[in-house]
Amino acid sequence: MHGNSTYQPQSKIGQWFEKRLPIGGLIHSSFVAYPTPRNLNYWWTFGGILSFMLGVQIITGIVLAMHYTPHVDLAFKSVESIMRDVNYGWLLRYLHSNGASMFFIAVYIHIYRGMYYGSYKEPREVLWILGVIIYLLMMATGFLGYTLPWGQMSFWGATVITNFFSAIPGVGETVVTWLWGGYAVGNPTLNRFYSLHYLLPFVIAGVVVLHVWALHVSGQNNPAGIEPKSERDTVPFTPYATVKDSFMMVAFCILFAWFVFYMPNYLGHADNYIVANPAVTPAHIVPEWYYLPFYAILRAVPDKLLGVLAMFGSIAILAFLPWLDTSKVKSARYRPLYKQFFWLFFAVCIGLGWLGAKPAEGIYVVLSRILTIYYFAHFIVVLPLLGIFEKTKPLPNSISESVLGSKA
Amino acid sequence: MTTVSSAEHTRRDFLYIATGAVAAVGGAAVLVPLIAQMNPDASTIAAGAPIEVDLAPIAEGQIIKVFWRSKPIFISHRSKKEIDAAKNVQLSTLPDPEPDSARVKAGHEQWLVVIGICTHLGCIPLAKQGEYDGWFCPCHGSAYDTAGRIRKGPAPTNLLLPPYKFLSDTKVQIG
Amino acid sequence: MTTQRILIALTLAASLSASGAAHAAEGAPVPPAQKWSFAGPFGKYDQGQLQRGFKIYKEVCASCHAMSLVSFRNLAEPGGPGFSAAQAAAVASEYKIKDLDDKGEVIERPGRPADAFPAPFANDRAAAAANGGVTPPDLSTMAKARTYERGFPWFVIDIFTQYQEQGPDYITALLLGYKNPPKDFVLPPGGNYNEYFPGHVIAMPPPLSDGQVTYDDGAPETVAQYAKDVTAFMMWAAEPHLVQRKRIGFQVMIFLIVLSGLLYFTKKKVWSAVH
Repeated sequence: MHGNSTYQPQSKIGQWFEKRLPIGGLIHSSFVAYPTPRNLNYWWTFGGILSFMLGVQIITGIVLAMHYTPHVDLAFKSVESIMRDVNYGWLLRYLHSNGASMFFIAVYIHIYRGMYYGSYKEPREVLWILGVIIYLLMMATGFLGYTLPWGQMSFWGATVITNFFSAIPGVGETVVTWLWGGYAVGNPTLNRFYSLHYLLPFVIAGVVVLHVWALHVSGQNNPAGIEPKSERDTVPFTPYATVKDSFMMVAFCILFAWFVFYMPNYLGHADNYIVANPAVTPAHIVPEWYYLPFYAILRAVPDKLLGVLAMFGSIAILAFLPWLDTSKVKSARYRPLYKQFFWLFFAVCIGLGWLGAKPAEGIYVVLSRILTIYYFAHFIVVLPLLGIFEKTKPLPNSISESVLGSKA
Repeated sequence: MTTVSSAEHTRRDFLYIATGAVAAVGGAAVLVPLIAQMNPDASTIAAGAPIEVDLAPIAEGQIIKVFWRSKPIFISHRSKKEIDAAKNVQLSTLPDPEPDSARVKAGHEQWLVVIGICTHLGCIPLAKQGEYDGWFCPCHGSAYDTAGRIRKGPAPTNLLLPPYKFLSDTKVQIG
Repeated sequence: MTTQRILIALTLAASLSASGAAHAAEGAPVPPAQKWSFAGPFGKYDQGQLQRGFKIYKEVCASCHAMSLVSFRNLAEPGGPGFSAAQAAAVASEYKIKDLDDKGEVIERPGRPADAFPAPFANDRAAAAANGGVTPPDLSTMAKARTYERGFPWFVIDIFTQYQEQGPDYITALLLGYKNPPKDFVLPPGGNYNEYFPGHVIAMPPPLSDGQVTYDDGAPETVAQYAKDVTAFMMWAAEPHLVQRKRIGFQVMIFLIVLSGLLYFTKKKVWSAVH
């Protein structure tokens, strides 16, 4: 992917093969010789963690699919038989269900890191947009997967989410009926959701390849937010980044294992241990925690169509971030005002998440509206204006200078 | 790069090897559940518990088929003629030499209990057919005799015997 | 008369529609936290308690509630109530299981270890008809299917303390939560007042009374003890591999801490040439 390698295999067979398919050189240039800025901090290890989590989800998912039955009469039972009878089935299922949450924890850290250090700015706009697409695909995959155990939350979550599309003027009902394959969420819905839930992770993997490709073309951003100028500014990916990423991956697994082995249902919802009942809606329909901020935005808007648009818009707006942020300086380190607004935005997202879990009544609705307005204002008002009015700090001359100080 | 003293070399090498070894152990441990999950689950194993079969309704000369662990089991109530045919065989002429006495339980020679799966490639042979009047497999032409021994065709061994015992003269437990 | 019955059933069903809800009602008291042997990182089921709980389930709950995801063989599996295989088979054989004979006739045969606990009613509608219009829920996953709102900051603290026994705490509180309704409370016919149940009107009459089930191990034959024992049994029924999970979890934790420590020092070594 990048011409940083003059890779030559040692063996004769290797050389013969390399001449015909230079895959060794590709791997070598992408994951061995690839120059990474020497000043990357630990927030930069989450890309590796995300690849690892995608692998975990695909492997455990393929295994679970060997035991799962996508039929309304059998889905709940088959999941329970995985939990009870399949060898280590409880482990594989808890890995997969908690793995989804870990995946989102990692992706949120990854996204906030990109926002803090301005990683979406020129020349990394395409890289960033590919990331937004991956994030959207992850949300879709997570939603589809949550339907499969066919518990109460599965069923009613699917009903509520698919009903978003009924907001489309004119053809809404038709579209929803088409999505369901019936007049309500039912067996055809479960079947197609299963099929798509199996498909999308591979689509994600494909976009991840593009994401990494784009990354290797433009090179990584770094905490200083300035591009590497000389060889002194970078270190080879292997062993420096590999060992650092590995350390964080294993450390991240400690968090993962804490939930899987000690609190496997903490991040889930008790209602999903009740088999789906189309006749009774649970008192509180709450999506998984990772959708809560968007759910709060949906409910903050009193109009159905506008609510759905606001919700999708809150994600879509991320794709325009490279152009909404008008500042020439990337890293928040040298943007004193932006740094404060970043943390305010972060707090607003946490606040929206908290509100998303609360019933839509009283003060919660008012707060949701205020925070929703701020959420959009951050992108549409704050970021464009900051770039014009903010007085930024002087940038270091090079990465090595920022690391080693004036000594270098 | 500055030169590294040999003492530092050993310490560094040890650290690298230890880290690699521990990581390898972890990688191997992860394979355990991934492989074990494909083995029969607890409900399948429980459903494979021994079964009891009442022999009283099986008339002489009749063969019934029961299922144990999802496998067909033939229970043949052999006639005198069939028993004699099974006994009067030159063992050396058999592809898989086994005397009839090894195929049945002593004192219950009239009962032959075999797993009804052709030892060639797993088809179910047809009863009372073929040259030897035992079983004949329609898939690839293996012929078995009245003791379920392979006599002709591509099957390498005699029909397998399931574990079983007689609880009484008319009751057998398979499994 | 019939119309009236249907009306009562409908009112009940409506008022109890929250019976499928996992959350205790807002305004209901917080279920008191019980001491559970299976709580915490080294938690294990108390075999004696599970055996007592099973006895209560068998003699009391099972007359209305199914537990169809649990089989008799589970009673003898490691980490559970600790019955021997022979004991589990003996328990199974006390039950009549519907099956087909060779002629295709429906027969009743004695249960086998591989059989699931038989349901008390043929189907949900029959169960509802026999219980004032409300189907008694299946208890297989009950201990994980009920919870109550922890609220801030408890839901954060819970991550560190590993508190996750909301379900068992709620069930025990519910079993002990039958009270006379407050003066101004209008109890619909067929309903029972329960402090902890969402909306306070529960179709299930108080199921337990002192001395109702005989214990052979000297444990007190009180409603309080019964409630805890049967709750523990339900927790096991919902999470039969909990003991194995926590045991493996401890091993995995030790392994990950060692490996991350080693990787940390390896990382420092590798980077020492750069900084």
